Amino acid sequence: MLIPFFVWGCQDTAPKDLPILGERDVVNGDTVYHAIPDFAFIDQDSQLVTNETFAGKAYVADFFFVHCPTICPKTSAQMLRIYEHFQNDDRLMLVAHTVDPKRDTVAALKKYSDGLGVSSSKWRFLTGEKDSLYEIADDYFSIAMEDSEAPGGFDHSGRLILVDKNRHIRSFCNGTDPADVDRFIKDIENLLNEEK
Amino acid sequence: MKKNNLFLTALFVLTAGLALLSCDKNQFTQGKILYTNFCERCHMEDGTGLRGIIPPLAGADFLETHKTELPCIIRYGIKGDIVVNGKTYQTEMPGEPKLTEFEITNIINYINTSWGNDLELARHTDVRAILKACEAARKEQ
Ligand code: HEC
Repeated sequence: MLIPFFVWGCQDTAPKDLPILGERDVVNGDTVYHAIPDFAFIDQDSQLVTNETFAGKAYVADFFFVHCPTICPKTSAQMLRIYEHFQNDDRLMLVAHTVDPKRDTVAALKKYSDGLGVSSSKWRFLTGEKDSLYEIADDYFSIAMEDSEAPGGFDHSGRLILVDKNRHIRSFCNGTDPADVDRFIKDIENLLNEEK
Repeated sequence: MKKNNLFLTALFVLTAGLALLSCDKNQFTQGKILYTNFCERCHMEDGTGLRGIIPPLAGADFLETHKTELPCIIRYGIKGDIVVNGKTYQTEMPGEPKLTEFEITNIINYINTSWGNDLELARHTDVRAILKACEAARKEQ
């Protein structure tokens, strides 16, 4: 009984397909997976960003705010690592949502993205209605809710979330932990290869 | 005689090794812990900061050129444009008003001797005087 586990544990090199995460329903015998709903926000260039913006692409989403005194700088540093790793790969985009839309205006987000020195066509910083931002945050984080045993339980700040081109959540990580982000980058590579 | 030589050589190697090891270790243990708890989340473990948003502490000319402002920056924070190694930063840094004079001295000395920084150590008496002065200046405002 133990042997198959050992064998499986050794096959680290052969990537498995990433699971589809989140709640699922069975409708008329078909499994319906959790999918990110429609959204519409404004980015750092005042452009409208909707699900269409990411058509045919995977993206990494996170939540932050410019004046964040706690963990956001670390998460941004890790997002930056992902950005650089996939800089020349058009199949992946990055999306940072503010949770402080009152202060994080388009101009503030522009300043932040310029400060990071990143291209706004690859990494969008989004603002919009506070309620819509919080609702979409709940939606992205719904996958992590299953993990109520985890230390810190329901504190999802700092999570990075991988969404595929079908709006399904395929992986997430703790954006303050470089080792976990290493694993996440591998997950992204596997997803992009699977979608090829 | 030969044995004795061998023993001395071994002793020498051991002490040299120990000395090297302790060289590598930063002596400001409290400063390091405080840095980890209060500063690292922004300025990062290796003191590099975050691109154009949070300035570096590793190799920062600011530490030398604004030496006497450091205690007050740590206690009260700083906002507005500042220039570090020729680059302008304009994000606000919150202060840590609860840190004591000793703790602030230890943090400065940890920074001044970490990541290749080799700056003059801060003295507690100076830090105290600087903090007193900026506390008074803030009250007047
Ligand atoms: C919330 C993030 C944050 C935290 C926490 C933080 N800083 Fe800063 N720090 C900044 C930012 C942003 C600036 C630039 C301020 C500006 O542009 O006016 C800065 C500037 C500085 C500077 C002057 C510029 C330089 O790089 O030499 C020093 C020194 C400094 N911080 C030390 C510290 C120390 C020591 C701590 C811990 C006690 C600390 N900071 C905690 C964000 C932070």
